[in-house]
Amino acid sequence: MNQQLRRRMGSTALIIGFFVVWEVLCLGFGVRDIVLPRPSEIVITLVSRFPGIWPHAVQTIYTTLVGFALGILFGVLIGVLIGSSRLAYDVGYPLLVGFSSIPKVAVVPIFVLWFGAGTVPAVLTAMILCIFPIVVNVATGLATTEPELEDVMRALKASKLDILINVGLPRAMPYFFASLKVAVTQAFVGTVIAETVASNKGIGNLMMIASSSFDVPLVFAGLLILAVLGVGLYVLFSFIEVRVTGWARRNDEFAMG
Amino acid sequence: MTPATVLDLPMSPQAALSRPRAFVELERVTHTYGRGERQVQALMETNLRIEEGDFIALVGPSGCGKSTILKLVTGLINASSGYVYVAGREVGAEPVRVGMAFQNPTLLPWLTLLENVMLPLKIVPPFRQEYRAKRKSEFRDRIEALLSQVGLAGFSNKYPWQLSGGMMQRASLCRALIHEPQLLMLDEPFGALDQFTREELWGVMQELWMTRKPTVLLVTHDLKEAAYLANRICVMQARPGRIIDDSAVPFPRPRTIVMSYYPDFTALTQRLREMIVHAQPAKEAAP
Repeated sequence: MNQQLRRRMGSTALIIGFFVVWEVLCLGFGVRDIVLPRPSEIVITLVSRFPGIWPHAVQTIYTTLVGFALGILFGVLIGVLIGSSRLAYDVGYPLLVGFSSIPKVAVVPIFVLWFGAGTVPAVLTAMILCIFPIVVNVATGLATTEPELEDVMRALKASKLDILINVGLPRAMPYFFASLKVAVTQAFVGTVIAETVASNKGIGNLMMIASSSFDVPLVFAGLLILAVLGVGLYVLFSFIEVRVTGWARRNDEFAMG
Repeated sequence: MTPATVLDLPMSPQAALSRPRAFVELERVTHTYGRGERQVQALMETNLRIEEGDFIALVGPSGCGKSTILKLVTGLINASSGYVYVAGREVGAEPVRVGMAFQNPTLLPWLTLLENVMLPLKIVPPFRQEYRAKRKSEFRDRIEALLSQVGLAGFSNKYPWQLSGGMMQRASLCRALIHEPQLLMLDEPFGALDQFTREELWGVMQELWMTRKPTVLLVTHDLKEAAYLANRICVMQARPGRIIDDSAVPFPRPRTIVMSYYPDFTALTQRLREMIVHAQPAKEAAP
């Protein structure tokens, strides 16, 4: 326990140290805030202009979470399909790889054309950006299920659905959660891209306006908010992951229940 | 029961129809793995009859198709040709509860022992419906009782990785038995254990069989195990796999480990050993 505490304190100190060095270097070299604002300036901007920033942050969180939820839903469905059927694998995989190779910035205008500017294109962009890692991981988790475990179920004359629910999906859970950590950050990227291109709300839009008026501290304040939101969701999913997939790491806390 | 003479008749379709079927019956079953040049003939024109409540051991050199027979009877694979009947129906359609234990424990790592053993009750009718009608606590008591019968009392909330190999194998046996299978398939379930654990589990297995009388098909490399547990021992030959000897084990039950050192017991295992060793050259002859 003592060692764990020391490790945590060490990592916290290093993270704080990073910002201190940033501050000191900016002061020491006299970097102007239009080039790179100091962390203290960013925080001051954030606090003093919080009422103006907050609605944008809410919009971005909302858009990201909706896109992320849709991404999980469709990602798991497609992943299950691809992971459990040979034909779906052969057809779906090339399609998926091809689709995810398209730069998503290029897709936003199409969504705007279909749904108009605003929240919907941002939600969709967030969804398509986070769907790929989820699909790939869920499919991999299902496809690499040990045949012996399936034999146990088949000897009991279990249906395909029974096997999927009792063996396939639990087996794929560690893969699924690993993908969520990537996917949630991707969802933020998707939202912000769409907001920069076509929206009048959200952190992406705020940063667009701020940078066009050379309000660099505000841009960085937006970036800081995005980073904090990303870390927050990451931590949340890590927490759930330990609860659900502790068996894969043979975690003793998990075993205690 | 079928008269013994019928066994020796050639298998004409009429004979097969007129004769009452055994609980498990393999009729001229041939099975090949792979295709083309890499094709391996695992089983060749094999006939086997197992009466209900019997305990059969399959012994033979590696690659003689012992496990193939198990997989055919459980319906995990389909025969290339020939017929497999269970309870008078072609395999797959029969309303028979099957339990299976493998060489590896194959427990699901995300479930506790209790939940692992509970698995067949969630899947197999009629327990499946009862499980939904929340008779879970009753099931739980039954599982606890079975676990303590194999020496796992107090471990039901542990995860598989927290247990030793022998304990996992015991749990795996419980999972094969919890749904009271009429047909029990054991694919070298004691193979990976140390001698003392193995001998102890033979005793447990014998006791379980004597109280519940399922039909058991045991695949093993261990001749002593076969002679200790089985009523009948079928010796198999490799490539192509076929049954070359089928003999009854006369020793009274309950059998003990001490009995396995008696002269007639060792004479039996000795005879089986000779047969398997002599069956080997066929493997060299056929590439």
